[in-house]
Amino acid sequence: MGNKLKKNKFKKVLVLGSGALKIGEAGEFDYSGSQALKALKEAKIESVLINPNIATIQTSKSLANKIYFLPVTPYFVQKVIEKEAPDGIFLSFGGQTALNCGLELERRGIFKKFHVQVLGSSLRSIQITEDRELFAKELFKIAVKVPKGGFARTFNEALKIGRKLGYPLLIRSGFSLGGLSSGVASNKEEFINMVSGALKKAPQIAIEEYLKHWKEIEYEVVRDRDGNKITVCNMENLDPLGIHTGESIVVAPSQTLNNYQYHFLRKLSLQVIEHLRIVGECNIQFALNPKNNDCRVIEVNARLSRSSALASKATGYPLAYIAAKIALGFSLPELKNSVTLSTSAFFEPSLDYMVVKIPRWDLQKFVGAKEIIGSEMKSVGEVMAIGRSFPEALQKAIRMMETGQDGLLGNGIDDTKLLPTTQRLFVIARRFSKGESVENIYKVTGIDPWFLYQIKEIVEFEDSLQSSSSSSSSSGAFSRQIVLKAKKLGFSDKLLARTFKVNEKKIREFRKKHDIAPRVKHIDTLAAEYPAKTNYLYLTYHGNESETASTDCSLQPTVVKQKPEDGSREAIVLGSGPYRIGSSVEFDWCCVTAAETLRSKGFKTIIINCNPETVSTDFDCADKLYFEELTFERVSDIYDIEKKANLATDGVNLVLGFGGQVPNNLAMSCFQAGYKILGTSPKSIDRAEDRNKFSKLLDKLGIEQPAWQSFKNSDEAVKFAGKIGYPVLIRPSYVLSGSAMNVAYSGAGLKKYLKHASYVSLEHPVVISKFVEGAKEIEIDGVGQKGKLLIYAISEHVENAGVHSGDATIVLPPQRLFLKTVRQIKKATKKILKALDINGPFNIQFLAKDNRVSVIELNLRASRSFPFVSKVTGFNFVEMATRVMLGEVLSGDFKTIDLDYVGVKAPQFSFSRIKGADPRLRVEMSSTGEVACFGDDLEEAYLKAILATGFKMPKRSVFLTIGGEKNKLDLLTSAQKLSSLGFKIYATEHTHEFLNKHSIKNTRVYKISERKTPSVLDSLKNDKIDLVINISEPRSSRGETAGYLIRRSCVDLGIPLITNLQAAELLVSALANMKLEDLQIKSWDEYVSS
Amino acid sequence: MQGKLILSDGTVFLGESFGVEESTSGEVVFNTGMVGYPESLTDPSYFGQILVLTYPLQGNYGVPKSEFWESGKIQAKGLIVQNYIDHPSHFESRKSLGEWLKEQKIPAIQGIDTRELTRKLREHGVMLGKIITGEDINEIYDPNSENILPNVSCRKVKEYGVGKKNIVLIDCGAKENIIRSLVKRGVKVTRVPWDFNPIIGLPANGFDGVLVSNGPGDPKQAGKTIEIVKQLLEKGVPIFGICLGSQILALAAGGETYKLKFGHRGQNQPVQDVISKKAVITSQNHGFAVDMKSMGKDWEEWFVNLNDGTNEGIRHKNKPFLAVQFHPEANPGPTEGGYLFDEFIKYVK
Repeated sequence: MGNKLKKNKFKKVLVLGSGALKIGEAGEFDYSGSQALKALKEAKIESVLINPNIATIQTSKSLANKIYFLPVTPYFVQKVIEKEAPDGIFLSFGGQTALNCGLELERRGIFKKFHVQVLGSSLRSIQITEDRELFAKELFKIAVKVPKGGFARTFNEALKIGRKLGYPLLIRSGFSLGGLSSGVASNKEEFINMVSGALKKAPQIAIEEYLKHWKEIEYEVVRDRDGNKITVCNMENLDPLGIHTGESIVVAPSQTLNNYQYHFLRKLSLQVIEHLRIVGECNIQFALNPKNNDCRVIEVNARLSRSSALASKATGYPLAYIAAKIALGFSLPELKNSVTLSTSAFFEPSLDYMVVKIPRWDLQKFVGAKEIIGSEMKSVGEVMAIGRSFPEALQKAIRMMETGQDGLLGNGIDDTKLLPTTQRLFVIARRFSKGESVENIYKVTGIDPWFLYQIKEIVEFEDSLQSSSSSSSSSGAFSRQIVLKAKKLGFSDKLLARTFKVNEKKIREFRKKHDIAPRVKHIDTLAAEYPAKTNYLYLTYHGNESETASTDCSLQPTVVKQKPEDGSREAIVLGSGPYRIGSSVEFDWCCVTAAETLRSKGFKTIIINCNPETVSTDFDCADKLYFEELTFERVSDIYDIEKKANLATDGVNLVLGFGGQVPNNLAMSCFQAGYKILGTSPKSIDRAEDRNKFSKLLDKLGIEQPAWQSFKNSDEAVKFAGKIGYPVLIRPSYVLSGSAMNVAYSGAGLKKYLKHASYVSLEHPVVISKFVEGAKEIEIDGVGQKGKLLIYAISEHVENAGVHSGDATIVLPPQRLFLKTVRQIKKATKKILKALDINGPFNIQFLAKDNRVSVIELNLRASRSFPFVSKVTGFNFVEMATRVMLGEVLSGDFKTIDLDYVGVKAPQFSFSRIKGADPRLRVEMSSTGEVACFGDDLEEAYLKAILATGFKMPKRSVFLTIGGEKNKLDLLTSAQKLSSLGFKIYATEHTHEFLNKHSIKNTRVYKISERKTPSVLDSLKNDKIDLVINISEPRSSRGETAGYLIRRSCVDLGIPLITNLQAAELLVSALANMKLEDLQIKSWDEYVSS
Repeated sequence: MQGKLILSDGTVFLGESFGVEESTSGEVVFNTGMVGYPESLTDPSYFGQILVLTYPLQGNYGVPKSEFWESGKIQAKGLIVQNYIDHPSHFESRKSLGEWLKEQKIPAIQGIDTRELTRKLREHGVMLGKIITGEDINEIYDPNSENILPNVSCRKVKEYGVGKKNIVLIDCGAKENIIRSLVKRGVKVTRVPWDFNPIIGLPANGFDGVLVSNGPGDPKQAGKTIEIVKQLLEKGVPIFGICLGSQILALAAGGETYKLKFGHRGQNQPVQDVISKKAVITSQNHGFAVDMKSMGKDWEEWFVNLNDGTNEGIRHKNKPFLAVQFHPEANPGPTEGGYLFDEFIKYVK
């Protein structure tokens, strides 16, 4: 009654997204934002979304009523509020970005002024959770402990804190170039030494009680306005306190807590959340002393978080959706359990399985990054494995990471230093293999013996396998008993095959013969107490019964279901696995879109994926979800299960073209196994992926390509490079986001890199190709239909070749291409399409220089830029590709070049999270995400896009440091523009002289090595500089230390930095032509009407 | 050693023994709690039952000393799990779960598809069954076929704690934490056997309220206790019933109880206060329920289960008689129902 009125109060709600994917803020917010939009749609409330992340599912047409591809910053959000006049706003579904933006708007009084109500937790509650001091004060009121500590600027202050707290103490000094320094003092003497040392280097130090090896436990809590509250899930970090949760291996539910601890922390969670008056969802982290029951509250996140996304997938409880419903005024008892559809949403999921999350790192992609993990997050993605034992789930998760690891041992890791690194799990395994005890490893790592015992069990079994296989040469060594035990412990067929020196197929056949097959189980939130009406599934070897799918398909797709023509047809869409550099949310959009299309065509659609940060792993995204590995073995298991269950005429089809390189790599094996694959033939995929075959094809078609050859021997490689001339590009033969790619400018450089490249790719030879300098890079994304070009979009890179396509700024439609080039590109594309009989999505990368184009890469799958080209042109390339793959004949005239607006996609970097990493752009990809914005012209779209990645408009001063004569000359016009715009220009020695020569007024600053004032660092630190343009000369390493220090300081101090010449030119020209106020506030549909 | 679980419908589950190697039988029930096996196994309400735990890893934190148990021994007749963990890790652990089971002569099997078993019990309702880890047995014990309270109740009157108010706890198989929860709140507890009538056995005005405890079996088998509660109702003594106690109270007041298809056994059961609309997550362990329709007009429904709408609590409209079907004393399970002890103590003059 009264309640109902409240619920219908809102007419229009604004939702803030989290922008580009970055370390610490990734795909989980596409999941939460999408769920929030779904809740609004159900409530028939108009939704307006601001999110410049064009690759997300939430920015698809079907979810929000209106979408603004604009920066999530106070300025732009205010503009949208003025224009749209919403009456409510969601701040808690877009990560810290949305929350911070909301707090700032509140501070500016915008919500009050425009009568916008903040839905969910009040801003006051949020402020308390964001401010350490306020937080401690509030928790003190209800007698809940937080870690004791304080900040000291002087030696005496430090001593005072030390006296108060007692020892041991953790001392941390604020960030200084070269990394965070921290240490533990166990007595007064040590403390005095450390404090006096630390205070010399840093102005302020933090002193905290040292909770060595305490456990870190999290709870996900939901509370409604009436004060009904539940904890949906608890999670235990395998790594002790001190390792960021985002860096920890995490299990759910907790494994080492007894009933008292589990429920004591649960009760504390509810108590804290009640006191803070949270409305919706929040996360609370505890430190728990493993030797008694002492505990501390570490923090509360009053919003959806990475942990809440994990908890949602771990339990099947749709946290974000429920949080949105609560924010709209519903109470928990009024809502239904989304899995059973019959029981209440006011309940706490009971798991009859466990999950293991392992983060995915990509640190090798950063020059200067360290493998040590700690209190700062560096991982770029994560996987979640479900099993009914810890070894089963752990080993699944290891394979899911897609880092080439197939088990705990035998992976080339021989480092035995027990440091907290990204490789620690494998190091521990190695130590067990060498006979070390659980006690010893516990003492050093603080990882609870419960986990260590089981890791040891896996290692011992693997060791015993090795010895049994070497002692007997016959294949009889693998008895049913051994294979079954291996499977229960989570070992793969591949590893067994390697151990027993047979091929994988043989193991599979043996298993099938002996009925050693994984069983299908439902995730039903209630441990089988009530039947599930959804099909959220996983596979396990700990079980006897394989559950059939829930036939009560009450979850209809949002699109109208068409009657299938020839019985029921089934399609399995393979997802993209963990987010990592080079493969993230864009492929999730592709998969979700493909699944939607398949369902709308009457296909029973199945998704396989293992990434808890995705929308594709929402159990209602397809008819069935297998939260599983994307290995050939597991895909085969599922294919077998589905084939057996499906008696339809058309059988089961695999869809491999939308999940990026992971499913693409399975194409050949699936094809050889005789599985039905939709779209372009895997034989053609192989011809595109295999550099030799592809090269021959291009020669045959008369299409140019940069000279290349592959080598196993470095002397021959150097000889070849000498012949084609430097610079040359070095890469392994199978390329995914340029792993181990580099450019060598000399024989010496090449030799240096070759050492490295052959190390990272043992199985594949190294490819040396001509690196064309000063060439433009152009991409064509499209859909082929039986070898003919159905639709395409040509995009140009702002940066010249040499910057990885994933790090490049991409413009669509192209603004600076010759018509002749476009014609050449189309011509070459058509030839390739025909030759490979392409029937589905594709992407080709071209180089263009002096009116000549050459092909550098072909992907016979949807590429990273498919969401971008789809959303900019208004034609859904994935939907079209899917329909083509199903055999539909499509035709039409698709306008993708002559558009009245421009879309610009800009990369998002996370260098600030990776201490020490050099932010200079290279052939190796290092961006973690992307945004795209629209404008009436290139400059407007570009400015919006870089503002959306965190760029700040310079106001007064610009610092130029340009290496090389050619670069200086190229940038002269830009420097003149900056000067005439009234910017104060600072420059280092040579740039300074050059500018003087051309009568551009500038102030010289000194490199650190020059030991003179004002030094570059002084100027940067003293807030004198708003923008740094640092163009380094790639050929020489001379002066690079100075360049690195400047770049790194910019990252650490948050000063906008441009390291590419073409980008600098575009930026300056944009700054010259427009101001912030000139950027138009236009929604997607105001640009693209379709 | 191989072990077998045979259900009364003939289904056989094969696994591996990790308890005592003797066979046993009883009513097979499942519990969906993810922690708390020491508390559950020692809960007298499980007397005569074979407990199936749906969480697949059990034994993780070993077994603590007996002060933490819910009674002096393991009450369940057997234990069925998916994976038994033989390397416990916890500062309070004194022994492994396997060692404890052997010590207490309780058979247990691991390696059984507990999800399949639970689904079966869900679909067919609870079943009798036997665990064969020793010689085969023919007879199957049915805990609902007799009054089993003598097996789980105390033998003598015993007093706990100090306080101005004296609460009689009629022990039908009471969990220790009921006593701890009351004593903590500053009242004296007089624990009496299931067939002890405080009106006769204690001095007049010697007690201020009565708590009828949880316990195993079919409430209708507890005729004597029902009779005693009837007399207490007539005298207007404040009464609080927990679980079986709630059913006994309902029967004493002239109401009816019935057997649920598979009962509520877990730590995540949502109940809602019908009057205040406030909802709480509760710990539950019952196979029978009060039929609200059968209650006289002086009684009102207090709590309902949000999942299936069954009764979770009753109270008298104007007298201090109240009862809940769930476990405010928790152990195992969520603790926020503890406020009900305060509520009851308020009624006790």
